[in-house]
Amino acid sequence: MPQLLQIMEPGEASTSHPDETELAIGIDLGTTNSVVAISAKNTVEVLKDEDEKALVPSIVAYAPDGSAIVGELAKRLLLSRPDSVVSSIKRLMGRGIEDLKSLGGQLPFDVIPHDVGDSHLVRLNIAGRTLTPVEISADILRALQDRAQTHLRAVVKKAVITVPAYFDDAQRLATKDAARLAGLDVLRLVNEPTAAALAYGLDKGAEGLYVVYDLGGGTFDVSVLRLQKGVFQVLATGGDAALGGDDFDHAIADHFLSQRKIKLGEVHLSSAEVKVALMTGRLAKECLTHAEKGEWVLTAGEMPTQHTLTREEFENLIAPDVNRTVKICHEVLVDAGFDPADVKGVVMVGGSTRVPLVKNSVADYFGFDPLADIDPDQVVAVGAALQAEALTTGSDTLLLDVTPLSLGLETMGGLVEKVIARNTPIPVSKAQEFTTFKDGQSAMSIHVVQGERELVDQNRSLAKFNLNGIPPMAAGAAHIRVTFQVDADGLLTVSAAEDTSGIEQKVEVKPTYGLSEEEMTKMLYDSMANAQDDIQLRLLTEAKVEAERAMNAVTSALQADCHLLSVEEREAIGDKMDEVLQCIKGTDRSEINKAVENLDISTKAFAEKRMDMGIREALTGVSVAALDE
Amino acid sequence: MVAANRSTSKLMNEAISPHTDAIVKACWSCHGPVHVGILFCPTCKAVQGPAALDHFQRLGLKIHFKISHNVLDQVYFDLQRQLHPDRFAGKSPKEKALSQQQATALNDAYETLKDDLRRADYMVHLQGTEVLSEGCNLVSDQSILIEAMEMREHLTTIDTMLELNILSKKTKTETDAIVEQIAKAFESNAIETAGRLTTRLKYLHKMMDEIRHVRAKLLA
Repeated sequence: MPQLLQIMEPGEASTSHPDETELAIGIDLGTTNSVVAISAKNTVEVLKDEDEKALVPSIVAYAPDGSAIVGELAKRLLLSRPDSVVSSIKRLMGRGIEDLKSLGGQLPFDVIPHDVGDSHLVRLNIAGRTLTPVEISADILRALQDRAQTHLRAVVKKAVITVPAYFDDAQRLATKDAARLAGLDVLRLVNEPTAAALAYGLDKGAEGLYVVYDLGGGTFDVSVLRLQKGVFQVLATGGDAALGGDDFDHAIADHFLSQRKIKLGEVHLSSAEVKVALMTGRLAKECLTHAEKGEWVLTAGEMPTQHTLTREEFENLIAPDVNRTVKICHEVLVDAGFDPADVKGVVMVGGSTRVPLVKNSVADYFGFDPLADIDPDQVVAVGAALQAEALTTGSDTLLLDVTPLSLGLETMGGLVEKVIARNTPIPVSKAQEFTTFKDGQSAMSIHVVQGERELVDQNRSLAKFNLNGIPPMAAGAAHIRVTFQVDADGLLTVSAAEDTSGIEQKVEVKPTYGLSEEEMTKMLYDSMANAQDDIQLRLLTEAKVEAERAMNAVTSALQADCHLLSVEEREAIGDKMDEVLQCIKGTDRSEINKAVENLDISTKAFAEKRMDMGIREALTGVSVAALDE
Repeated sequence: MVAANRSTSKLMNEAISPHTDAIVKACWSCHGPVHVGILFCPTCKAVQGPAALDHFQRLGLKIHFKISHNVLDQVYFDLQRQLHPDRFAGKSPKEKALSQQQATALNDAYETLKDDLRRADYMVHLQGTEVLSEGCNLVSDQSILIEAMEMREHLTTIDTMLELNILSKKTKTETDAIVEQIAKAFESNAIETAGRLTTRLKYLHKMMDEIRHVRAKLLA
């Protein structure tokens, strides 16, 4: 008789895969800089380069052969070869061409001015190649993955990636797509302020009501959280996905350029020259964070111009932006039903919080100095790494997050019917019923939007799809139920069903600003010579996880109820279990699935006996209870 | 109204007496018997799908309007600690999906019960009476409507922060009083009274919203 296997504790993780690493990294994919960190036993290490630098500039340079150079080196090429270098790509994630206008000012991007196919997604022209923000972000992620792999001397396939809390669905999806392109399995998208709170909460043992003020390069987030005994409960979140330190650079650059115009008259600037002006703006900002005054030379075209700026002038330039962030803070706090006096601490996140005016304005509003014990550039990656460890090895901490923006549907007259309100805890699922407008109407067009405004046009379009095959009925008789589901990553899925006919419609949702599945597949294929292998490997891993689940289930059942079986029956099941065990060791997915299926068949009679016994026992229990009454 | 009542009583049957259907079902993973409503299979420990329970049952609470927010938080956190998708990151797709369904059901229950108005609304609904939403002509209690209109009219005439604060305080006091009365009504099983008071609470909540808007306008 085959050895009846080692019986493991039910529910416990089982066989380890020696070929597969359980290492999971935390990535802060920022507008200006990105950071990668890893945590082991709640101790986080931020991974640095040879020069001891933790920050990887989120800048990508493309060589003529198409290969990507990421980070410091690309940053150095920004001034000499601006045409082939991209920075601040996060600002374009999940965005359409028309959105660029709202980003304001002159942009350092060479945008292809028309849609490609059905998608309204922005595409850039970089040194003659057409690239989407998703592909460019994937190159940054690959560089971070490389850094981790070099550092850990192991293959790293899993990551927690942070996103601004205020990112909408299209921006989140774009981030997840970028990770997929880079060959990273995203364990979870975590909101940046929540990750920062996790880093502070675990490190400092904070309890009570906390506000996280996160001013990054291109995004502003504020979250109100309640921290207690390992629970991080987000109560409300708000922000502006297009407001950040970049805007300070823009303000200075605009100021210099208008001075230049007075001197030289109207001069058209190429996107490369705009990049140079912005770079000068950034240098001025960084300098005025410490110094009271400075002087810069703007070299654009053939005429360099000289500019001076004092701290006070700088603060006047950025005051409108900073005041806006404080106003948003106030609104989010009031929205959550609190006022500044209730807040126990304010956590500062993002490099832009180093600007003195920002620090002082926040301190003035709350009436005390904010916390900045953990480096504001690294705190998000630290939180991400902690969560990556928690997800892979288990943990007692609990992150409870919310939807940042309301989700709704377009109804008659271009109005929005809200289905899920902002600040609802996720995961969440809500359904809304609609009916037909005309007799015999057989199709219905559904438009999903995100935002707080009442009119469709003022909100963000997420997806449009048609629900076909509604059986002919009188107007108003059909009951069409549209279900919105938001998962723990904050990603939305929409499904629709017609109730009276019972027909469940599979709907294909074409994201307004996303990549289609075909396009994604093609990119995966182009980007990785071994893309096919990668997909196969993922499927194999899934089959193994499923096989382990099945083995675990049968083992537990045998442990509990093997007295229901004869020796022969037990042996028969044991044989099938052996087969599964053999197959798991191999790499043939169909073999594994087949073995699991056989195991399932071999235990059918056993399952029936167990159910009979269970029901008998339960009925006995009920009749006793009934007698008691 | 008939239709609404029928669907409510169906909900009641499913929720309150699951015994009529089945008390034991097969675990999706090991196929052994699992009592309905249990979160994890006692044999193989696999997470089960959410059962048809009312929000109170789901959180293991008695149906009671007066609720301790501390207790509510603790039971909710305890259950999320076991069921949240973060606990299932390395598990099979089926387990991930079930955990998402469980966590979704928990969030729904928590969100409904933690808010006075939503909890009152839900309890009235659970016990078979529908609370009328605004714009419905069937408001039996004319005084509610008149009062609401008068308050709104008063609000439009306000142009100083001082006046607004007085009105805000008054509305707040009234809200607290109504919540107290709703609790009493439920205690004495006067569901219809509770329903009427809940309609009033709805108006008061709307009023508070509008006060907040006016305050924002005055601040700007």
